[in-house]
Amino acid sequence: MRILVIEDDLEAQRYLVKGLREAGHVVDDAEDGETGLTLAMSRSYDVAIVDRMLPKLDGLKLVESMREERNMTPVLFLSALSDVDDRIKGLRAGGDDYLTKPYSFAELLARLDALVRRRDPGSVKTKVLVGDLELDLLSRTATRAGAAIELQPREFRLLEYLMRHAGQIVTRTMLLENVWEYHFDPQTNVIDVHISRLRAKIDRGFSQPLLHTVRGAGYMIRAHA
Amino acid sequence: MRTLSVVSTQSFRIVAVYLAIFACSATALLGFVYWNTTLVLDRETDETIRAEVTGLVEQYQRLGLPALTDAIINRSVRGEQGIYVLAGADRRPIAGNLDSWPQLTMTADDFAEFEFERRVGGVPELHRARGRVFTLSQGGFLLLVARDVEDRRAMENLLATALPWSMALVIVLGLVGGVLVSRNLLARLDAINRTSRQIMAGDFSKRVPVTKKGDEFDDLSNHLNRMLDRIERLMRGMREVSDNVAHDLRSPLNRLRSRLEQASRHQADPDMQRDIEAAVEETDRLIATFNALLLIAEAEAGSVRESMEDFDLREAIEGVSELYEPLAEEKGVRLVVRKDRRPAVVSGNRNLISQALANLVDNAIKYSPPGSEVVVALEHGESGASLVVADNGPGIPEEDLTRVTERFVRLESSRHSPGTGLGLSLVSAVARLHEAELILSDNQPGLRVDLRFQRTKAIARPVRAPARLDLTYQDARAAHS
Repeated sequence: MRILVIEDDLEAQRYLVKGLREAGHVVDDAEDGETGLTLAMSRSYDVAIVDRMLPKLDGLKLVESMREERNMTPVLFLSALSDVDDRIKGLRAGGDDYLTKPYSFAELLARLDALVRRRDPGSVKTKVLVGDLELDLLSRTATRAGAAIELQPREFRLLEYLMRHAGQIVTRTMLLENVWEYHFDPQTNVIDVHISRLRAKIDRGFSQPLLHTVRGAGYMIRAHA
Repeated sequence: MRTLSVVSTQSFRIVAVYLAIFACSATALLGFVYWNTTLVLDRETDETIRAEVTGLVEQYQRLGLPALTDAIINRSVRGEQGIYVLAGADRRPIAGNLDSWPQLTMTADDFAEFEFERRVGGVPELHRARGRVFTLSQGGFLLLVARDVEDRRAMENLLATALPWSMALVIVLGLVGGVLVSRNLLARLDAINRTSRQIMAGDFSKRVPVTKKGDEFDDLSNHLNRMLDRIERLMRGMREVSDNVAHDLRSPLNRLRSRLEQASRHQADPDMQRDIEAAVEETDRLIATFNALLLIAEAEAGSVRESMEDFDLREAIEGVSELYEPLAEEKGVRLVVRKDRRPAVVSGNRNLISQALANLVDNAIKYSPPGSEVVVALEHGESGASLVVADNGPGIPEEDLTRVTERFVRLESSRHSPGTGLGLSLVSAVARLHEAELILSDNQPGLRVDLRFQRTKAIARPVRAPARLDLTYQDARAAHS
């Protein structure tokens, strides 16, 4: 995908751009807010990564300006600020996701992926399918190969999130934020326990597992290995 | 917080004391005037009587009884205040302006007092008189020379009735005045108090109102405002420092982490790769500690106003216990949730309260032996609701109970388990931010932690709809129609 990186910390920018390019993306970069805004408005990007504090034009103002001009490119904020409320400010200004520095590159990639796919208009559907696993969003039921799977409400939401992002890596933090709506780091990795429970429900007794652990990154649900 | 009533105010007390002093001095003044006036009047009466007696006695001595009789008749006719009676030894009046000899009461100073009937405009009135009685040397005749002192008595009566009434009036007017003054002062103090409360609740943009009167209250308000300005500046400075520290530490940590990740991706040697990954993990631990410290600093600075919302503590209990239940089960610990249908709504940061509760539950599960239980409860007390987490683990020795909420304190026994040692300090900071009390006690055995919120609202306003999942329901609806 085409990614715009607006980051004033040049060394950080270099690593970021290099990593993204290695991951197969096309990247443009800017090191101040004004240049960044010009680029964002003149070219079309799948997603923009915007540092919160930028010279010339602050990250928040930049995104506000973009939104005022009806530029709806998904924006992921990177912030080194300490403010607890900063995430809220960022999302209010029109940002779509928010990541505090330092972040793991895998986390960033997974979030970019999720941001870009979220815009997919094909998401208006009542059933989600991954292989022979089917999730009915209306009746809130799950079946695999025709057999009903009993799920707690939260397990349903967890599975739904994973299936909506089928084929993408979903990190623990993303799950915690989107399924539980918590923006903190639990001391123990509670998400892993939830996943292993879910895995027991959907994969046990099937030769073809659907829910995979991606080492050092998170989880992924997909039909074929 | 207690609202001031008029009676309990300092100004009212001052007015009351002033009123008492005023009432006393008014009484004393009136008493003195009364005493002095009667004294002067009495003396005047006595002087007049003495003078008249001297005159009459002279007449009698020089010219004898007939001349005295004439003089008495003459004076009687003149009327006015004088009363003259010349009577025989049998007390039958011979001359004078009384029909009969009155019933006399002798006073200590040899004066006689009596009552008599006097016609005023044809109506008989009982008047009081004061005078002297002499027995003449010839034939035992009696001479009474007196003056009508009814005026003095009237004044006496007037003062006697006026005194309590005027006193009552003084007190009533004083009280009304006192209440008015107190109310006025109270209104201004209330304004100051109200503002202070709002500021204590974290709204640092508020200032104490200043009127145009320029009085001592305005002085006080101005001083308070100047103080607030300074505090606000200091706080802003502190936040800038923490922002700068955050920025200046996060940026290099970010570069460090990126560099390590990059190196790891390009490293083919598995041993080398393992080392680099270990370094990344170490960096992450460093970052976690740093983040926890920053969060504590922010919670303590109270700089999370934007995200304060009405939040039902039941939601924290439900969310967190649900998040930790599988972990507890995996450890063989039973997670018992106790709450009833009553809501406990606090104004707070949902994420921070949940994180604090998660820290407590995490700790409780971590230290619980398999087979024991961890209780997560919402308890309603008299002043508010408490989040309670209780375990049957090893607990904390009595002497360490207060120490563990300090930063970086990790008890010797837990030194080797993972964690930043900031878990409880964060809980403590979150408690302070929400004006909640953090109480650690012995659960016999184990640790019981109470997070006691002071101000809970009984009625829940609709609490926060799940933001992200809206999509699902909308999609479902769209497909349905």
